Amino acid sequence: MSDATLVAPAAAPVTDAFAAKRRQQLFTAGLIFAAVAALPLLVKDVYLQNVLVLTLMFAALSQSWNILGGYCGQISLGHALYFGIGAYATSVLFVTYGVSPWFGMVVGGILSAALALALGYPCFRLKGHYFSIATIVIAEIGLLLVHNWDFVGGALGIQWPFSPDSWATLQFARNKVPYFYFALGLFIVVWFVTFLIEDSRWGYWWRAVKDNPEAAESLGVEVFQSKMAAAAVSAFFTAVGGAFYAAFVAYIDPESVMTFRFSLLFALPAVLGGIGTLWGPALGAAILIPLTEVTRSYMGGSGSGLDLIIYGGLIMVVALAKPEGLLSLFRRSPQGRAQS
Amino acid sequence: MTLQALLQVLASGLLMGLIYALIAVGLSLIFGLMDVVNFAHGEFLMTAMYAAFGLWLLTTLDPILLAPLVTAFLFAFGALAYMGVVRHAMRVDANVGMVQIFATFGLAILIQGVAQYFFTPDYRSITGTWLGGRTVEFAGIFLPLPQIVGGLVSVAAFGGLYLLMSRTDFGKALEATREDQGAVALVGIDRNRVFTLGWGLGAALVGLAGAVMATFYYIHPQVGGPFALIAYVTVALGGFGSVFGALAAGLIVGLVEALTAMIFPPALKSIGVYSLYLAVVFIRPSGLFGRL
Repeated sequence: MSDATLVAPAAAPVTDAFAAKRRQQLFTAGLIFAAVAALPLLVKDVYLQNVLVLTLMFAALSQSWNILGGYCGQISLGHALYFGIGAYATSVLFVTYGVSPWFGMVVGGILSAALALALGYPCFRLKGHYFSIATIVIAEIGLLLVHNWDFVGGALGIQWPFSPDSWATLQFARNKVPYFYFALGLFIVVWFVTFLIEDSRWGYWWRAVKDNPEAAESLGVEVFQSKMAAAAVSAFFTAVGGAFYAAFVAYIDPESVMTFRFSLLFALPAVLGGIGTLWGPALGAAILIPLTEVTRSYMGGSGSGLDLIIYGGLIMVVALAKPEGLLSLFRRSPQGRAQS
Repeated sequence: MTLQALLQVLASGLLMGLIYALIAVGLSLIFGLMDVVNFAHGEFLMTAMYAAFGLWLLTTLDPILLAPLVTAFLFAFGALAYMGVVRHAMRVDANVGMVQIFATFGLAILIQGVAQYFFTPDYRSITGTWLGGRTVEFAGIFLPLPQIVGGLVSVAAFGGLYLLMSRTDFGKALEATREDQGAVALVGIDRNRVFTLGWGLGAALVGLAGAVMATFYYIHPQVGGPFALIAYVTVALGGFGSVFGALAAGLIVGLVEALTAMIFPPALKSIGVYSLYLAVVFIRPSGLFGRL
């Protein structure tokens, strides 16, 4: 009894403050989502709408990568594999069997999560660079196999047939706005899942695994299971993103969905914005994707390489100047954060 | 399949393996020295190939004569990359591992852009060289001359590297720094200087490989990627930081690639190497000769 009365008043304000912070985070997120949702009212240009769709898609994909790479600290450079599985599962089911992309999306997600678990079993025993290189190598094997697998179109890929605008088939020939809302919806879902996980047992375990796996293990954290769970969740949403991309561009081939470039594009926004944070991937995507698209359209067409110089230089400068990510610019007390 | 054909495949595989080892050893050296993986390694190779191409255009000398010049150029290039980028990446106060990966990735893309800016994305090749297009017959086995010279250059480079590491003060400073970065400062070794020279040396080795490769391979801004991936696999297979592990692993990679190409369609030739890498690290998580 006396113990309880001593402990309870001390613990309560902390929990209250934490709950209040979580509520505030949700409220801020709601405002941001509402503001973004209003964007199509202002942006009527189709090219810019296209950039917005890609930005939201990569924000969602980078947040998915962030679950494994940022929160759990396992630097995967092979997530293009899961993206490709999502894109291919959806395309094959829709184009060959006429199955709705909504169903294909779930199939791709489950396949990817299952594969992530199967691959995680041997891979999570590898440390540091051995792990990252294994993820690159596995994704490359996947790319080579798809390239030589005629059932899924081989090197030629899969062209989605022309179909009338419909949410059922996710096909909108002339209108980008539905895709915009789908990508925004996907981002909100992944953001919310991350938000929930942050305060769950998994969330705490992942951060412990990232900071010091040996210490975490000695304190009873199930390190291996934690990594497996993070990999499965991360792979599932990456595949859903791949399914969306396939529906959005309506044509996929191995080079356009499974190359290393994509694995990099999932990791980069998180790294630029701030890994292991709720808003880092979105911030990184909001800077990186428009910049990539705009430099590519205005400078890349000439093949002069200026777009690559700007892009590479930016990555280098941000990584060196703001190693915690650009999100740290917005924090009120960086010292307090660094210590916690 | 005759014995002759099998010997042919093995011999070409071994030659290519020596070149892979030469491409990979600089990466392994740098990693062993300071635990940094250079993700711009493929672009270093590409830079060396363009350096050979550019010098060939300017001087019209045979590219094999230009190899020492290219190697020296890459030494300076590597030292500059360390001083300009990597040194700063090692000083950051958060996410050190991640910053090293992405700072060198950024550098890789930047170098690709610069190459494209000056040389356009077109495929180039050096023509009319002494070595190009010639083959040598040895007991019924035909081997392309450029690869033979490349293999010999690689063997000589590994020999030189062995002497450098075991007989010179610089080699001893290098070895001491990789053993204990903190303690070397106490005995008066300038760590920063060793790192700079280490990056120079690592880049010079891949520069030598690039100069040889330029005699028989197409040159374009993206040429580094596939070779870099093979170099990472080679280095990890041999064990990060192990110089002679890189040589052994390079030979294994060359052989496995040649044998895979014999059995499967050529498009799948890398699958054998990738699978071998996975099989090895799943059994021995720090590679064949790794010290981890």
